[in-house]
Amino acid sequence: MSISTDFGVWVAAALTLFIFSFLYKDNPLYKFAEHLFVGVSAGYIVVQQFWQVLWPNLLQPATTAGTPHQWKYFVGGALCVLLFTRLFPAASWLSRYTIAALIGTFAGLKVTGFAQAEVVEQVRATMVPLWINGDPVSSLNHLILVVGVITTLVFFFFSKEHKGAIGATARLGIWYLMVSFGAAYGFTVMSRISLLIGRFMFLLDDWLGIARF
Amino acid sequence: MAFGDRLEKLDRRWIFLVVALLVLIPLLWPLQLPLAVSGPAKRYYDAIEAVPEGSIVVLAGDYDPASAPELVPMTRSSVTHLFRKNVRIIALQLWEGGPPLVDAILHEVGDEMGKVYGVDYVNLGYKSGREAVMPSFGNSFSRTFPNDYGGKPVSSFPLMRQADNFGATALFVNISAGYPGTKEWVQQVQGRFQVRMVSGSTPVQAPEIYPYLQAGQVLGLLGGMAGAAEYEKSIGVPGPATKGMDAQSSAHLFVVFLILLGNAIYFSRRRAQQGRA
Repeated sequence: MSISTDFGVWVAAALTLFIFSFLYKDNPLYKFAEHLFVGVSAGYIVVQQFWQVLWPNLLQPATTAGTPHQWKYFVGGALCVLLFTRLFPAASWLSRYTIAALIGTFAGLKVTGFAQAEVVEQVRATMVPLWINGDPVSSLNHLILVVGVITTLVFFFFSKEHKGAIGATARLGIWYLMVSFGAAYGFTVMSRISLLIGRFMFLLDDWLGIARF
Repeated sequence: MAFGDRLEKLDRRWIFLVVALLVLIPLLWPLQLPLAVSGPAKRYYDAIEAVPEGSIVVLAGDYDPASAPELVPMTRSSVTHLFRKNVRIIALQLWEGGPPLVDAILHEVGDEMGKVYGVDYVNLGYKSGREAVMPSFGNSFSRTFPNDYGGKPVSSFPLMRQADNFGATALFVNISAGYPGTKEWVQQVQGRFQVRMVSGSTPVQAPEIYPYLQAGQVLGLLGGMAGAAEYEKSIGVPGPATKGMDAQSSAHLFVVFLILLGNAIYFSRRRAQQGRA
């Protein structure tokens, strides 16, 4: 056993225990750790944004002689400045130009990317043979996939009442949805337990030194 | 008071305590439970194994410290596997909290394996803009990231002079915790630039990635700590994910037990109510 002599490790261990203390009940130590986290995160993000984004992608090329198409950086810079007009009610309408540019860009990107990756490719991947000679396992997998896609789509078809054949198909679609929700829940449990394991590993290894991971 | 009623009034802190013990005890005294490599993890390994020696791979580490227990082991194993094959790495991050984590892994593993920064690997650091960054990066690495994480111009690195878009790379490895992550990289880059891509993701996000795996848009998938442990086993380097799996399994068994118990109580009560009616 070799307990850490690193001050930073002790601070991290103390903050971890402060956060864990919320599991017993809300308390000032938990509140302190929570507020510290919010403050430090805000400061960290400002520094990252300045040195990793604003400086290399805007300020540096805009102020360096010989940068090709330098006018573009001034347009970008002006749009950035316009966002801050929201702080002044009389001029806040100017920020809408920047917001309009952002929304337009993201909408365009999303539509084209989504159409290719989520519609074309996924429809293509669903067009599979339902019977493959000599491979009953793959055939069964394909059948489960196709039936799942069709029944789930029918469940989300609300222009006709879910009765009779449509109702039965939609009920099968619900079973598929339930299985997917169960899988998602199982994965979520795994994720949360992993976070706990990560913190325990830190406490046992980096801080207390009673186990090595 | 009936057993079901007593359980309903049980202070939930007892459950927290049991989960804590079930995680803590296997970490201190490992159970050595068996671990099998699943199909998606095997395909992740195979995709990296198929990368020709000396080629260039892009690695996007889109996560922050909140996902470190699952995604840091994945990143470390991927970097180890790639460096072992003498593959060069260009790394980037689209989450603010990611750069220090990925940078530390690259330098630690790089130093252990005698790799030189700028020649064998470069960390481009963070860029805001989420999916807007992705097609821009696909068109030109250097225009999107003029400087590396340390602030040096990327044109000063031999590696970056050899690759400025996905056409010069053999594989794209994305290790992500959510938005922006694998889903957005598939939408914005995989199809548009015809990129071979693998994904390591948090379990919360993994169910959304399976359709891409089934469609071949993603060649392999590591889901959470289990996926990371399977990959560690595949490359023969057991790490923290492998050591955490006993704790993971025992906590899961307890959750399964609670779900079964809850359902048993629910159905027994329903039967009793129906009997009274």
